[in-house]
Amino acid sequence: MSTSADLSVTAERRAVTGARGAAPGREWVIVTRGIERQYDMGGEVVRALRGVDLAVRRNEYVAIMGPSGSGKSTFMNMVGCLDTPSAGEYWLNGQLVSTMSDDALAQVRNKEIGFVFQTFNLLPRATALQNVELPLVYAGVGARERKERAAQALEKVQLGQRMSHKPNELSGGQRQRVAIARALVNNPSILLADEPTGNLDSTTSEEIMRVFETLASSGQTVIMVTHEPDIAAHARRVVVLRDGVVASDESAEAYRARVLGG
Amino acid sequence: MSFLEAVRLALHTIRTQKLKSFFSAVGVCIGVTFLIAVVSIIEGMSQYMQNDFAGKFFPVNTFELRHRPNITIGNVTEEQWREWQRRPRLRETDIAAAVRNLPADVAWTPYSADGISAAYGNLKPKQVQAYNVGADYFRIKQLKLTAGRVFTPQEDALGANVIVIGKDLVDAFFTGIDPIGKEIKLGPIPYRVVGVAEPQGSTFGISMDKFVIAPFRSPLKRLTNRQKGVIDAVMIQSPSELAMAGNMEIVRESMRSHRGLRPAQPDNFSLETASGALEFFAKIKKYLALAGIALPAIGLIVGAMVIMNIMLVAVAERTREIGVRKSLGARRRDILAQFLVESATLSTVGAAAGVGLGIALAYVIAAVSPLPAAVAWWSVVLAVAVGGGVGVVAGVYPASRAARLDPIAALRAD
Repeated sequence: MSTSADLSVTAERRAVTGARGAAPGREWVIVTRGIERQYDMGGEVVRALRGVDLAVRRNEYVAIMGPSGSGKSTFMNMVGCLDTPSAGEYWLNGQLVSTMSDDALAQVRNKEIGFVFQTFNLLPRATALQNVELPLVYAGVGARERKERAAQALEKVQLGQRMSHKPNELSGGQRQRVAIARALVNNPSILLADEPTGNLDSTTSEEIMRVFETLASSGQTVIMVTHEPDIAAHARRVVVLRDGVVASDESAEAYRARVLGG
Repeated sequence: MSFLEAVRLALHTIRTQKLKSFFSAVGVCIGVTFLIAVVSIIEGMSQYMQNDFAGKFFPVNTFELRHRPNITIGNVTEEQWREWQRRPRLRETDIAAAVRNLPADVAWTPYSADGISAAYGNLKPKQVQAYNVGADYFRIKQLKLTAGRVFTPQEDALGANVIVIGKDLVDAFFTGIDPIGKEIKLGPIPYRVVGVAEPQGSTFGISMDKFVIAPFRSPLKRLTNRQKGVIDAVMIQSPSELAMAGNMEIVRESMRSHRGLRPAQPDNFSLETASGALEFFAKIKKYLALAGIALPAIGLIVGAMVIMNIMLVAVAERTREIGVRKSLGARRRDILAQFLVESATLSTVGAAAGVGLGIALAYVIAAVSPLPAAVAWWSVVLAVAVGGGVGVVAGVYPASRAARLDPIAALRAD
């Protein structure tokens, strides 16, 4: 396959330049430099991240893996601008976000990041359409345009017929598709999925992974945090964290060959 | 997020949690109900005192020359009381002196009144208020007749045995009979009915139509004021409030010189106006207003505590929602606004319901008691504003807690 050849070239070049060589800007949507994060847990300092260097290009589809305690959740919170690093720099879409205030981070999340959670995190009392409208509400988009764009986003995930349903009237797969529509409605730079199939059966998981595949092929940057190797294998690039540092960073083919044995 | 957006969201939340919203708003609702009802009753009484009560006892722009004040405000000191006792009584011989310098546009009448027994035929006698007054009395009181006539100047001057009666006497003695020309016995004295006065209604549930009016010089005066030659008052009506103030001074000077008072000596008579009666009421009103503030205030404080509690619970219950909203780009002030507006909307809805209930309560009270009701529009505005304000105050703490939540921890909440 020609795509796999391209990816291996990309992986090789990364091996040469490294994340530190990547300049934040148009090409690199995410650049982290020596990110550290420490927690004070009752007097004991826990170092969840010990210097993570990672660079992600626009349009990449990256899986971030790691056992529990590897710092992968902490790193995801960093990437999602829900948390700021104790040390190091984080550039998102050319902006240095690691030093931003709470409210500035909220606006970055609104504009640049689309979250997809394991537990969907839809508002239970709101309809699918209202859930998808939420990011636009905080972006200050007017009611009519909001409805239009939310409806379009739901059409894209084949839920045009379910817009006025509440989450409890939808199946797990449908709920996750509503969540994906919500994540995409404000055209974010990155789609950030945290164990997106963790609460779904295998058939539905496949269905959701196909949605991600379609999005990735259409040029959407996707970052997916997972602990399941076969889910991670859907991505084009797999980064494994261990003990708060990047343990491996390779193409999906290389990862499959190494971990899943082909 | 815009304000309108926040209100819409709040209304949506209130609609989806009807029972909980009802209980949270009920405190404010009760507070506002009391506020509206109490204010409308005070307002009603006040209007009543000014337009009705004062008008019934004191006609417009009228003052009375009396021996001592008829209506006293607060406690009268022993000393004051003794001073009043020392004063000479107001006599018929004072009348001419008192009014001698008044301008021609003034209407005046001597006045004595007391409760007496009135009888007709074999019917049960009736206790009535009897007035000995001059012919100008009808003009001063703007008392209109429904039948017959007032006394003629001759009857007035001669003190003829003629009376104008109130509606209650007609009902008691003359059902189905024309009262004009009939003879009523006031005590032992027979009087001929010449007129029937228009119904006057009631004050605080007491009928104002149990009266007879006789010419000042008629024999009734032996009953209305048992001391010979003594009268209760002289009523003096001026064409305007300004003229009344001037005329009071004229009467004061006339009386002082008539009684030979030296400049250093105080007046040994009283000039009383409706404002005296109203002052008395103003004092009552002050206490009523205190109760009117205290009662709703307690309701509103309880209401505020209930709302604050409910909002704290709401923030705890919806921690996950707050986390989701923050992850989607809600800033602190968006979350703050959301919960503040929700709290304010909740309490404003409660206040609005309270306005309705309060108005209804005021009218119910007016219907079953002699207290009148007058819903003051400012109290409605105040109630809704205070209601909303209570919501804002009660919402500040819960909302700021919500706004300060860490999004990561909030997203992890159950």
